[in-house]
Amino acid sequence: MKNQVPFLRCLIYLYKKATMRKVKELIIEKSLLSSALITILVTVGIIMVLSIEAVQFFSEVSIVDFFTDTQWTPLFTEKHFGILPLLSGTLLTSFIAISVALPIGLTISIYLSEYAPKSFRKSVKPLLELLAAVPTVVYGFFALVVVTPFLQELYPNLSGFNSLSAGIVMGIMIIPYISSISEDALHAVPSSLREASFGMGATKLQTAFKVIVPAASSGIIVSIILAISRAIGETMIVAIAAGQQPRLTLDPTVPVETITAYIVQVSLGDVQHGSLEYRTIFAAGITLFVFTFLLNTISYRIRKKYQEKYE
Amino acid sequence: MNSIQKNRWKDQAFKAWGILCTLIGLVLLVVFIGDIFIDGIQRIDWSFITSLPSRKAEKSGIYTALMGSIWILLLTTIISFPIGVAAGIYLEEYAKKNKLSGLLEINISNLAGVPSIIYGLLGLEVFVRIMNLGASVLAGSLTLSLLILPIIIVATREAIKAVPSSIKDASFALGASKWQTIWHQILPASGGGILTGVILALSRAVGETAPLIVVGALAYVPFAPSNPMDEFSVLPIQIFNWISRPQHGFIENAAAAIIILLGITFIMNGIAVYFRNKWQKKWK
Amino acid sequence: MNYKMKKIVTSIALALIIVACGEKKENNEGAQNDSAALSGTIKVDGSSTVFPITEAVAEEFRTVQPDVKVTVGVSGTGGGFQKFSRGETNLSNASRPIKDKEIAACAENNIKYLELEVAYDGLAVLVNPENDWVDSFTVEELKMIWEPAAQGKIMKWNQIRAEWPNEEIHLFGPGVASGTYDYFTEAIVGKSGSSRGDFTASEDDHVLVQGIAGDKFSLGFFGLAYYTENADKLTLIGVHNGTEVVKPSLETVKNGTYKPLSRPLFVYVNSTSVAFPEVVEFVNFYIDNAGELAKDVGYIPLPAENYAQQKENFRTFVESNK
Repeated sequence: MKNQVPFLRCLIYLYKKATMRKVKELIIEKSLLSSALITILVTVGIIMVLSIEAVQFFSEVSIVDFFTDTQWTPLFTEKHFGILPLLSGTLLTSFIAISVALPIGLTISIYLSEYAPKSFRKSVKPLLELLAAVPTVVYGFFALVVVTPFLQELYPNLSGFNSLSAGIVMGIMIIPYISSISEDALHAVPSSLREASFGMGATKLQTAFKVIVPAASSGIIVSIILAISRAIGETMIVAIAAGQQPRLTLDPTVPVETITAYIVQVSLGDVQHGSLEYRTIFAAGITLFVFTFLLNTISYRIRKKYQEKYE
Repeated sequence: MNSIQKNRWKDQAFKAWGILCTLIGLVLLVVFIGDIFIDGIQRIDWSFITSLPSRKAEKSGIYTALMGSIWILLLTTIISFPIGVAAGIYLEEYAKKNKLSGLLEINISNLAGVPSIIYGLLGLEVFVRIMNLGASVLAGSLTLSLLILPIIIVATREAIKAVPSSIKDASFALGASKWQTIWHQILPASGGGILTGVILALSRAVGETAPLIVVGALAYVPFAPSNPMDEFSVLPIQIFNWISRPQHGFIENAAAAIIILLGITFIMNGIAVYFRNKWQKKWK
Repeated sequence: MNYKMKKIVTSIALALIIVACGEKKENNEGAQNDSAALSGTIKVDGSSTVFPITEAVAEEFRTVQPDVKVTVGVSGTGGGFQKFSRGETNLSNASRPIKDKEIAACAENNIKYLELEVAYDGLAVLVNPENDWVDSFTVEELKMIWEPAAQGKIMKWNQIRAEWPNEEIHLFGPGVASGTYDYFTEAIVGKSGSSRGDFTASEDDHVLVQGIAGDKFSLGFFGLAYYTENADKLTLIGVHNGTEVVKPSLETVKNGTYKPLSRPLFVYVNSTSVAFPEVVEFVNFYIDNAGELAKDVGYIPLPAENYAQQKENFRTFVESNK
C-alpha cells in the first residue's frame, strides 16, 4: 500500500507532462496553420481589393463600353474606357515574345534532353536559368538602349518606342521558362520508350519528335502556358521600351501601351484616391488578374493530371 | 540519298540547330552583360557608391538607392522568412489530405503566378492607404514579402520532402513528439534546401521594380531611410529613373548601377546554388 | 554542420544590421557638430517642368544645410496641388497658376498659400532632327492637331498641309496632371485640359524627349529646359505669333515676342509649413538663387526687381502666419 503512493504520484506527474506536451503541440500546430492561412488571406485580399474598386468603376462605366470601345483615354476630355487598346498592346508584345521563346526554348529542351552529354546539360541548365534571374529593369535598359537602335539600322521607320524590341527582349527572358520545364518533362519520359524507338531503327530526331515530345506534351504545354502568363504580366520591359500610347493595332513598329505599363504610368503621377481615374488602374488590374488566373489554373490542372500519369 | 541517309542528315542538322539555340541563349547573356559592363564599368568608384543622386550625371551616385535596397532586403527577410517557413512546415508535416490542404495548394500555386504589379495594387490599397503606412519602407517590404511568400513555401516543402522518412521514423521511435522531431531533426536536415529557396526568393525581391513604384517609392530621394516609416528608393527604381534621362552621362550611370545590381543578384544566386549543391551532396 | 550554418547566417545578418545602423549613426553625429544647423524634412511635389529648378535648388541647399532632407516628387502640377491642398506637401511646383477648384480644396482644409514666381519658360514645340518638311507652325495648325475633335481623325501630316508627307503623326506630350499640358491646351486649343487623348502622354519629360528623338514622324511639346538639355537630339520649331515666326529663347521669352507659349513658373508654399524654420530658410534660399539656377537648367530668370518683390511678399506671409 505504502509503495503505491510514490508510484501514483509518478503516474500523475507523467500524465500532466503528457497533457502539457499535447497542449504545447496543439498550440504549435495552430500557429503554423495560421501562417499557412495567410496565403488564403492574400488571395482574398487581392480579389477583394480589385473587385471593390472595379465594381465601383463599372457603376460609372458600362461593361459593354469597357469591352467594345476601341479607345482608352480615361484621363482626357473625350473620355473613352475601352480596354481593347491596352489588351492589344499586352497581347501583341506577348505574342512576339512567345514567337521568339517557343522555337528556341523547345529546341534547347529537346537538345539538352535527347542529345547533349550529361555534363553539358548539368552546367548549361543553371546558366540558362540565370536568364530568368536578371532583373527586368536591366532587360528594359537593353531593349531601349541596344535593341531598338540596332533594329532602327535595319528598318529606319521604326519608332523609338515599339512593341518589337520589347517583345524580342521579353522572349529572351522567358526562354528558360520553356526550356527548363519542357526539358524536365522530356527527361521524365521513361527510357523504355526511347529504347523501343531506337530498336526499330529511328534516328534521335525521329524519336524525339514522334515519340518523346508527344509523350511529354502535357509538360511542354504547361511550360508554354506559364511562359505566356509571365509575358502577359511583365511590366518593366514594356514600360521602358514599348511606349505609353494606348493604340489598337497589330503593327509592331509603333508605340503601344500594355495594361501593366498603364498602371505604372498612372502610379507615377498622383491620382486621387477614390476618383474614377484611380479606379481605372483597378479595372485594368482585374482584367490582367483574370487572364493570368485562368492561365495558371489551366496549367495547374494539366500538371496534376500529368503527374498522376507517371506515378 | 536514300531515306536512311536523309534521316541521318536531318538528325545531324537538328543537333547543330540545337547547339546553336543553346548557345544563342548563353551568347546573348554574355553580350548583354558585356555591353553593360563596357558602358558602365569606369563609372564605378567609391564616390559613385556614396554619392546622392544629382541633376548632374557625373555627381550622381547610388547611395540612397543602395541603402533603400538593403533596408528592403532586411525587412522583407524578417517578415517573409518565418511566415513562409512556418506555412511550408504546416503543409508538409501537419496537413492531412483533405479539401482544405488541397485548396491551400492550388492557392499557393496560383499566387506564384500572379503578376508582381498586382501585388503592388494590393500593397497600395491595404498597406499604404488602409493601414496608413504611407509610401514607407515598411509598406514596400510587406508588399514584397507577400510576393515572395509562395516561393519560400514551395522551397520549404520541397526541402522537407527530401528528408528521408527513416530519420522521422527513428525520431518517433525514440519517443519524440512531432514538434521535437521537426525542430531537432527535420529542420536541421532540410536547412540547406530552405536556405537556398529563401535566398533565391530574396534575390527576386531585390530586383523588383513595378510593385514598389505602385506603392510609391520616390524617384528623387536624397537621403537614406533612417526608420521603417521613411520614404525610400531602391536600386531598380533608380536605374529606371536614370534610363529615362536621355543624356549620355545618365545612361552610363544606369549601366554602372545595373552592374552593381547584377552583382548582388548573381552573388545571391551563387550562394544559393552553392548551398543547394552542398546540401544535395549530403543525401547522396 | 547545421549549427555551423546557423552561425554563419546569424553573423552575416548581424553584420548587415550593424552596417545599416552604423550609417545611421554617422548621419546623426554629423548633425550635432554644426552650430547653426537646421534639420527636418521638406516635401515638394508637382510640375515636372519646374522640377529641374527645384532639384538644383535642393542640391545647392544641401551644401549649406546638409541635415535638412528635401524630397521632390514629379506627380505633375495637378497631382502636386492635390497633395498640397491636403497638407501632404510643404511646397508645390507649378507650371500654371492654381485653379479655382484647387483653391477651394485648400480652403476646405484651412490651408492658406503664397504664390511665388520663380522663372519664365517658353513652351517648346519639337520634331525629330530628320524631319525636313516642317519649318514653322501657326497656332491654328497646332490647334487642328491637338484639339479633342482631332482624336482618331487627324492622323497624318498631309492633313495639316498638303505638301507634307502622307505619314502618320506620332504625338508626344505631357499628361493630364501636367501644368504644361494645361497651359498648352489653354493657349492653343482655347480651353485648359481640352485635347485629344490618343497620343503618348507622360508626366516624365525625359520619356517625351526619348520618344521624339527616336521617331522620324514625331511631334511634341514640353518645357524649354528639356530642349536646351537635349538640343542635339531634337529640332526646335518656331511658332507664328501673329506677326512673324518666333523660336523660344532667352530673349524672345523675356521680351514677350514668343507668343502665346511663354509663361511664368511658380512655387507655392502653404501657411502650415512656414512655422518650420527649415522651410522658411529653404524658400528664401530658393528666391535668392532661382535666377541663376533657372538659367543653369535652361529656363529664363525673372528681372532682379521681381525676385526682390517675391522675397518681400514671402516675408509678409511668414509674419502673418506666425
